[in-house]
Amino acid sequence: MCLGVVGQIAAIEGLVATVDFWGTRKKVRLDIVDEPVQVGDYILNHVGFAIRRIPHEEVEETLAFYEELLGASDLLARDLRAELATSDPGG
Amino acid sequence: MDATPRARLPAAPDDEAKKLRFRDPQRARTLTRRLEQLCDAAGRPVSVMHVCGSHEQAIARFGLRSILPPRLNVIMGPGCPVCVTDLPEVDEAIVIAQQGAVVATYGDMLRVPGTVQSLAEAQAEGADVRVVYSPADAVALARQTDRQVVFFATGFETTAVASAAVILAAPPANFSVLSAHKYIPPAMEIVAEMPDTQVEGFLAAGNAATITGWRIFERFVERHGLPVVVGGFEPLDILAALVKLVELVGAGEARVVNAYRRCCTAEGNVPAQRMLWKVFRTMGGQWRGIAHIPNSNIRLRDEYAWVDARKRFDIDLTGLWQSAGPSLVQRCICGNIMAGIARPADCDLFGKECTPETPVGACMVSSEGTCKIWHEYGGFPAVSFAPRPADAQRVGNG
Repeated sequence: MCLGVVGQIAAIEGLVATVDFWGTRKKVRLDIVDEPVQVGDYILNHVGFAIRRIPHEEVEETLAFYEELLGASDLLARDLRAELATSDPGG
Repeated sequence: MDATPRARLPAAPDDEAKKLRFRDPQRARTLTRRLEQLCDAAGRPVSVMHVCGSHEQAIARFGLRSILPPRLNVIMGPGCPVCVTDLPEVDEAIVIAQQGAVVATYGDMLRVPGTVQSLAEAQAEGADVRVVYSPADAVALARQTDRQVVFFATGFETTAVASAAVILAAPPANFSVLSAHKYIPPAMEIVAEMPDTQVEGFLAAGNAATITGWRIFERFVERHGLPVVVGGFEPLDILAALVKLVELVGAGEARVVNAYRRCCTAEGNVPAQRMLWKVFRTMGGQWRGIAHIPNSNIRLRDEYAWVDARKRFDIDLTGLWQSAGPSLVQRCICGNIMAGIARPADCDLFGKECTPETPVGACMVSSEGTCKIWHEYGGFPAVSFAPRPADAQRVGNG
């Protein structure tokens, strides 16, 4: 889906980051992320690849939007939850 | 730095989704009033098109159509990658699976009908079809087996970049890619040229443009004289982008405007684009139910034939096609819906023979498909906007 999911980088090993998505940890590849990232940064994840680093000043607003979406049980929320629930892409 | 998530998932009742909730309701009202003024000034109905499943989800989910001016028609175009994957592309994946390879693909692809059957039906007959979340999953799968693993790759350019990345990261020899990736700008051109469409401007998807950059739409604007506005996904982002778009339509100004400045730049993510076009090239191809569109299929370059499933396997579809009988699919109007000349409610099958449980067309399978989204939310769901008296007449008038 175009929206992607936002998560916070917990660890980085080479081109693979461990990213925390509301308590679910998954491996996310860093091959195509738009800016250098470090542990603690928030990224937008699309099919197991970080496509954008979320600037610090936007983190709060972005998380609030996702939390509002995830609080429901409609199609969009189910899509996001499905993304969070899928298996670990690994390296 | 503390890497613990700052918040846990909030619990909320189901009807929360139906509420039109803006973080800044006053700004939302200002934007909708501005849209009304612009539509009044135009003095005629205005139709604009977006090309993104997430935009449609957000528009439907937040009930935006119910607060838009009645004369502003916001249409979802061919923005669902699963939906535009053509029948023979699904057939190719099935034939490969029938030859004993493992076919790995995104979950939404499983139930998309091919000419004779879907991958899910092929799976039920013994084909080894696996759902993966990422192309990296498919590579990991290949590393765990000696069997051939074929990644059936669907999606637009943003997703194709991920496929390119795994191909460039030295996948194992038993891994290959069956690319059904599609490129959006040429599809916008075809839809803009359709005589019945009458679209006067396009809302482009912000996250895809994060990679491609907004300048990618300049060629389209030059050739078709229609404005393009890049927009985000929050309700206010969408409203603000629509205001800009209708302003441009009203002024007869054909140019690209980036209304998603916090995410999207003119050039986009250039290294990612380099990876994409290093591995892939465009060629003409069919978009399901819509048209044959020049330069719209993203296919592997000859230099990457070693990872191309079309080169590795002998894919002969004639046997499969000979067993095709008449089916409901022939009555499906998904193509017209994706071209913006019909609505889901115009289809005889919608909500009857065709439901999310028993989908006939691809638009009812994918969570990004217009039909599935409309089936979930209705085209103009009731919203509880808590209108002020002056707004009361407008709310819910669709």
